[in-house]
Amino acid sequence: MEFFRIRKDIPFMKHALVFNVISLVTFLLAVFFLATKGLHFSVEFTGGTLMEVSYSEAPNLEKLRESLAKDGYQDAQVQNFGSARDVLIRLPNREGMETGKVSEKVMANLASIEGPKAEMRRVEFVGPQVGKELASDGAMALLLVIGGIVAYLAMRFEWRFAVSAIIANLHDVIIILGFFSLFQWEFSLPVLAATLAVLGYSVNESVVVFDRVRETFKKKRGLTTPEVLDHAITSTISRTIITHGSTQIMVLSMLLFGGETLYYFSLALTIGICFGIYSSVLVASPLVMWLGVSREQFMQVKKEKEEAVV
Amino acid sequence: MNRYPLWKNLLIGLVLLWGLIYTLPNFYGEVPAVQVSSGKATLKLDASATQKRVEESLAAVGIQHDGLFSDFNSVRVRFRDTDTQLKAKDAIERAFNPDAADPSYVVALNLLSASPQWLTNIGALPMYLGLDLRGGVHFLLQVDMKGAVTKRLDATTGDLRTLLRDKNVRHAGITREGQNVVIRFRDAESQTRARAVITAGTNDLLLTEGQDGADFKVTATLTPLAQKSIQEFALKQNITTLHNRINELGVAEPVIQQQGVDRIVVQLPGVQDVAKAKDILGRTATLEIRMVDDTPGALEAAVTGAVPPGTEVYNDREGRPLLVKKQVVLTGERLTDAQPGFDGQTQEAAVHLTLDSAGARIFKDVTRENVNKRMAILLIEKGKGEVVTAPVIRGEIGGGRVQISGRMSSEEATDTALLLRAGSLAAPMEIIEERTIGPSLGAENISKGFHSTLWGFVAIGVFMCAYYMLFGLVSVVALASNLLLLIALLSLLQATLTLPGIAAIALTLGMAIDANVLINERIREELRNGSSPQAAITAGYDRAFDTILDSNVTTLIAGVALLVFGSGPVRGFAVVHCLGILTSMFSAILVSRGLVNLIYGKKRKLEKLAIGQIWKPGN
Repeated sequence: MEFFRIRKDIPFMKHALVFNVISLVTFLLAVFFLATKGLHFSVEFTGGTLMEVSYSEAPNLEKLRESLAKDGYQDAQVQNFGSARDVLIRLPNREGMETGKVSEKVMANLASIEGPKAEMRRVEFVGPQVGKELASDGAMALLLVIGGIVAYLAMRFEWRFAVSAIIANLHDVIIILGFFSLFQWEFSLPVLAATLAVLGYSVNESVVVFDRVRETFKKKRGLTTPEVLDHAITSTISRTIITHGSTQIMVLSMLLFGGETLYYFSLALTIGICFGIYSSVLVASPLVMWLGVSREQFMQVKKEKEEAVV
Repeated sequence: MNRYPLWKNLLIGLVLLWGLIYTLPNFYGEVPAVQVSSGKATLKLDASATQKRVEESLAAVGIQHDGLFSDFNSVRVRFRDTDTQLKAKDAIERAFNPDAADPSYVVALNLLSASPQWLTNIGALPMYLGLDLRGGVHFLLQVDMKGAVTKRLDATTGDLRTLLRDKNVRHAGITREGQNVVIRFRDAESQTRARAVITAGTNDLLLTEGQDGADFKVTATLTPLAQKSIQEFALKQNITTLHNRINELGVAEPVIQQQGVDRIVVQLPGVQDVAKAKDILGRTATLEIRMVDDTPGALEAAVTGAVPPGTEVYNDREGRPLLVKKQVVLTGERLTDAQPGFDGQTQEAAVHLTLDSAGARIFKDVTRENVNKRMAILLIEKGKGEVVTAPVIRGEIGGGRVQISGRMSSEEATDTALLLRAGSLAAPMEIIEERTIGPSLGAENISKGFHSTLWGFVAIGVFMCAYYMLFGLVSVVALASNLLLLIALLSLLQATLTLPGIAAIALTLGMAIDANVLINERIREELRNGSSPQAAITAGYDRAFDTILDSNVTTLIAGVALLVFGSGPVRGFAVVHCLGILTSMFSAILVSRGLVNLIYGKKRKLEKLAIGQIWKPGN
């Protein structure tokens, strides 16, 4: 079996401008959604109480809401979760509320309602001070990843590669966030982890292409820079698709079998993987070209080495 | 030639064997067990003696056990089924804690790995499951450090008062104002003398002199060093207190750890009674000793609403009102121990208190000046105070050993001692994060995580074999060995495995196949360009290595960032992710190369590689 039978190098770079415009538009759209709609942060970031209860038969949600409102929890969000028998209750933190006791009071309230009895499955309470820290820790992690990757690529390749790889992949991150904002999917800690993992993973992709670029510059003389980039992308495209396909199989398996907890995690990964292919090939490479990469940058290194030997 | 030297093959074999052994315990499942550990900080568990006692107590009621184990602070007994386990727990409980009100040992139900003894002996244990997989409660407590400092300043106010009186320095009042203690004087001479006296008496205070209208004053603040040590002490003391309280719950493997400067993590696996757990943890009881105002008529006036200035009304445990002065003589911090016992002479039930040296000094002064008066020991819980006991002072008590006796049954003495000990939280705490996972959800999470990984792996395996034929199979074996090594490593390190951790295992496998795809594609390309099969294998592996290294390093950078800044679920993900990247480097490069070498390395005249169809542009 072989999926990719490519006779000639595909002239990706000819259309570089088109790709970059497409990227810019998606990027701006993502930023627009983030700016206007914001992210739907989970209880871990906002603080509050989240309870998952399960019933032996489907309860009447309206009844639950009424009963909770009677106890002073008018702002409780009650919704089904996974199935009609599982219910998710969200309560924001309020000033002056004895936060630590909320879950017990709610359980007592639910127990007082007629009909099927609620079984507590999961309670998550996060105080207001924790959420802020998580947000700043997340930002620090992002900065560390960016700094680390730029430094490593600049060392291994050249600053032009480092800069374009990180721009291409940050664009992925923004687009993932854009999706979460547009559809108002819940942005939780595992989603943050997935987003940062995607950042590390997509950089892979750029690295593979850049590796080829370096090799082609050294081995094949007489090719122009766009031709070199085309050759590098074409010769790695088969690997790109297959690798991402395999990773996507795993993520798909998590999406299908992982249940609610892993759902948004794998969703973030799916978007990240799809855009990762696109951005590392069709965003990073044109960027390298615009930044003016050329054969000389790699040849100099070789000369120095030869001198050292002599 | 594509052959590994013998040592390299042996090394790969040994590593895989090691992986297999350390992965094994995860397959055995768990059996019911009873765990005995010390319930008191003062009681050290003697493993062999305890083992003997457990055996004897079980033999006495004719219960068979499936093995005894002990580590440095607990003894565990395995049983065939939960029925026997419950019976055995009762029997052991009776034997070890004859007095149920004051248990010296914690006897708790637990689950133990059913793996054979030899595996346990070499340290091969099953993976340590996080709360989201086994069910339980997780709390994050914030210690109120400002409260700790304020409490210390209140005590300092009292100390300074005593000190100045001892040295005959006249002052016009000592008060705490915010985070400062202000002493006022009528004249400059007392001010200077006081300063000298205080500086000689303590080096925890920073003194500044000033003038306030006609008054001279000295403002004392705690030095940063003193504040730091107070905070460290408060945290340590609270952790110890939490340990004692959690022992009451009888949890098999509680985790109580410091997190950051002012936070404590408490994890109670298997605990379902959250309300009780919270009640015990959240009991922000503090202890105070104050003088009772027994002025005739004052109490009666206070009950009707006219509380004399400087006093407050508190009820004792039977509900009788008592008029207590606002000034605190001693706080629970000064109390190092409280034990029930008997009076040496009258054989009456008594509570023995031990005070630290500063406390002993204050106590001596107070008792000397207040003979035949009453002092009240107050337990203040959630802002509400209660008088535990209000004994009459018979004479001066020095040396810091205090005995409270009289009109007390031995049961009451035990209760009082327990209350006094439990009351020694150095600073108030607040729950700022809580996570409770029901046991059914935990089991469900395990099966969900397991199935995601399994089906993903199967799908990748089928695809790889179909696409790359024999080389695909080699890649799958390498991927399986990656999984094996990763689980072995997680078991060995006893890193906490959570649901995001399982997700990380799945994701790592999905990403690890990248290395093999790179290698296989390279080999195909070399063949396409006309290399001989053996040369193609060599070139394929060699050329792909740089790329694999680069891409793994970048992924690792992201993993490490998550590890450093992540908490909770993110950390669980990051640990597995980072370890997975390391094991994948080994398996994708060494294991798969080793296998390919074994298959093709000896064939000199190799015509074809089973790597799937190679399409050449010329055909």
